[in-house]
Amino acid sequence: MSEKNVEAHWRKTSSLMWLMLGLWAFFSFFIHMLAPQLNAIRIIGFPLGFYMAAQGSLVAFVIMLFWFAKAQDKIDREFGMAEED
Amino acid sequence: MAEAAKSGDFTSNLSRVYTVYTGGFLAFVVFLYILERSGVSNQTIGYLFVAFTIAVYAAIGIMSRTMDTSEYYVAGRKVPSFYNGMATAADWMSAASFIGMAGTLYLLGYDGLAFILGWTGGYVLVATLIAPYLRKFGCYTVPDFLAFRFGGNPARIAGIVVLMACSFTYVVAQIVGTGLIGARLLGMSFEMAVFVGLVGILVCSMLGGMRAVTWTQVAQYIVLIIAYLVPVVMLSSQKFGLPLPQLTYGQVLSELELREAALGVAVGAKHTVPFVRYDPLNFFALVFCLMVGTAALPHVLMRYFTTPSVREARSSVAWTLLFIFILYFTAPAYAAFAKLEVYQNVIGQPLSSLPGWVYSYGKIGLIQICGVNATDPAAIAAACGRIAGHPGILQLANFSIQADAIVIATPEIAGLPYVVAGLVAAGGLAAALSTADGLLLAIANALSHDVYSRMINKNAPASRKLVIARVLLILVAILAAWVASFRPADIVAMVAWAFSLAAAGLFPALVLGIWWKGTTSKGAVWGIWAGFLTTLMYLVVTRYVPWFGVEYLGMKSNVNALTGANLVDLAKLKAENAAQFYQSWVAVNHPMASRVGWFNVANISAGLFGMPVGFLVMYVVSKFTTAPDKQMQDFIDEVRRPRGKSLMGDQGSVLGH
Repeated sequence: MSEKNVEAHWRKTSSLMWLMLGLWAFFSFFIHMLAPQLNAIRIIGFPLGFYMAAQGSLVAFVIMLFWFAKAQDKIDREFGMAEED
Repeated sequence: MAEAAKSGDFTSNLSRVYTVYTGGFLAFVVFLYILERSGVSNQTIGYLFVAFTIAVYAAIGIMSRTMDTSEYYVAGRKVPSFYNGMATAADWMSAASFIGMAGTLYLLGYDGLAFILGWTGGYVLVATLIAPYLRKFGCYTVPDFLAFRFGGNPARIAGIVVLMACSFTYVVAQIVGTGLIGARLLGMSFEMAVFVGLVGILVCSMLGGMRAVTWTQVAQYIVLIIAYLVPVVMLSSQKFGLPLPQLTYGQVLSELELREAALGVAVGAKHTVPFVRYDPLNFFALVFCLMVGTAALPHVLMRYFTTPSVREARSSVAWTLLFIFILYFTAPAYAAFAKLEVYQNVIGQPLSSLPGWVYSYGKIGLIQICGVNATDPAAIAAACGRIAGHPGILQLANFSIQADAIVIATPEIAGLPYVVAGLVAAGGLAAALSTADGLLLAIANALSHDVYSRMINKNAPASRKLVIARVLLILVAILAAWVASFRPADIVAMVAWAFSLAAAGLFPALVLGIWWKGTTSKGAVWGIWAGFLTTLMYLVVTRYVPWFGVEYLGMKSNVNALTGANLVDLAKLKAENAAQFYQSWVAVNHPMASRVGWFNVANISAGLFGMPVGFLVMYVVSKFTTAPDKQMQDFIDEVRRPRGKSLMGDQGSVLGH
């Protein structure tokens, strides 16, 4: 395991981490700052601002986590750092 | 060997075992329904529910007994990610989530969604920043990691103190929860229900440690999620012909808004209007503290030590959140359905023709009308009659309902048979017991593994360590049940503190320990204490000694989110009633309790101050102390890559050190 390989693996891992944190901040905070405006839009009866906090962001979190597990595993495999199957 | 073979069989047959279990549980519910129809009393049915479910948990606990250290502390690290997800979801969702969450949403409307967001989004931080790395490290407890990464016992002790502060009040609250469920839903005495809860917890955890807790938590998740979904799914089917309350409550929200307009509900009490109970700062501060706290709570993190690999630890976090999501995205539906029922069929009705469920829950103190418990029509007629000019029609202002009533009352609102109410009681009990199990194990393991095996008697044989672990488990459980038997309202309210304390005390050290090689031992220890004590100080001062904060720490009155008016006029209070102003250890109804602070931040979000302090101190002190040596740097690299052995062997010894 060369030093270079270790560094490249960690660089990619870190980028993925920052991407996840960015998405997390978007769905945790940013989108809900617009709640008063979003509430003017209605979807199957839900005011959209309410919907995002009650369901929309939660769905996003779940999808993000399943995607993350795959993406990180791909990075680990690319650098030969994944566990044996 | 026989034990190992048996457990191998068990793990390879998991899906069959739990499918049969789920089928058996549903058959049991149907059986009780038949009993109910044939005239068996409600109380008997409630008791059968409790007895049957606890007997099943006990059986799992006893079958999972073990004398192996790794099995006891981390379930042998062979829990598949899907099942670990279920177990963690049960570990996570407490009595408060099950019984209280929907009610909080009923009372707070949109602003209550801060809890829904906060208690789910934190898992993104768990998966990306912390859990997989701790799994690779291979520790048994969170303080174990801190001790190794940050040079031994000072860090271990700091970790143990924060862990205790987060977990003990939390476990007491769960036992109080079992007492309340028993008392309110099953008509037991509170003390009796606490005792049943204690027995339920001990049989699940004592003989088999983490292994037993894991498999009972999976069983408890299945009970609690069925129990949570059934009443509201049936309500939705009745009203809309569609068993998907999570979608149909959009309609309910629209109807609710029309009713609110018709009843002239003030903007500050409207259900879907954001930022009227919490201003945006406090809403987002709360979301932030709950999320970051989630990512650092030891009883959650330690569940990810049990997966077979780092890869499975990651996918396990995703499964966890999916299983939690199923309950949390249903909770707002409960709130909406219940509120519409109240606004349509209770408010604006003549006092003599209120629906029967109002009295059922008024009798147990969950609903008040005109200031008295709604025990029967005569009592409320008398109480409302004392209000001058009361028209005999129920006004919104005269109606008050406790948060806990919403989930409990829904089966009766929907006119469902009692067996559904019994099911809800069993679900609430499962939620309380599963969380209590996890917390108890976190506390007892910190004492037995970190304090005894690592600090007091390093050379004790494994068998002796396991005996000590069990003795401590029983002692902590009894202590928690003893405290719970006093129904300490303060302690139950303190559960929310756990998130801020974990966010400030543990989160910076865990994250920087993994993500920044330059974090030094001194930096970490100072940072943990600084973050933890800042948060604890803010919590204690604002809640219990507000005058001190006002006089010496520059705290001011917090303001009303809607009007911007001060919650308490401090200058006036000081001038007119100095004795009250300078009172210490104030009660919850004191005019200043939890109503003062810095920058209008409510004390529930104290971590907003403590966490940055923790990070900052950790960074600055690390910069001024000697950087970690080459060996430690290599060790961090090792933690960062999934391939290779865990750094701690399963006897808990560190390989290569």
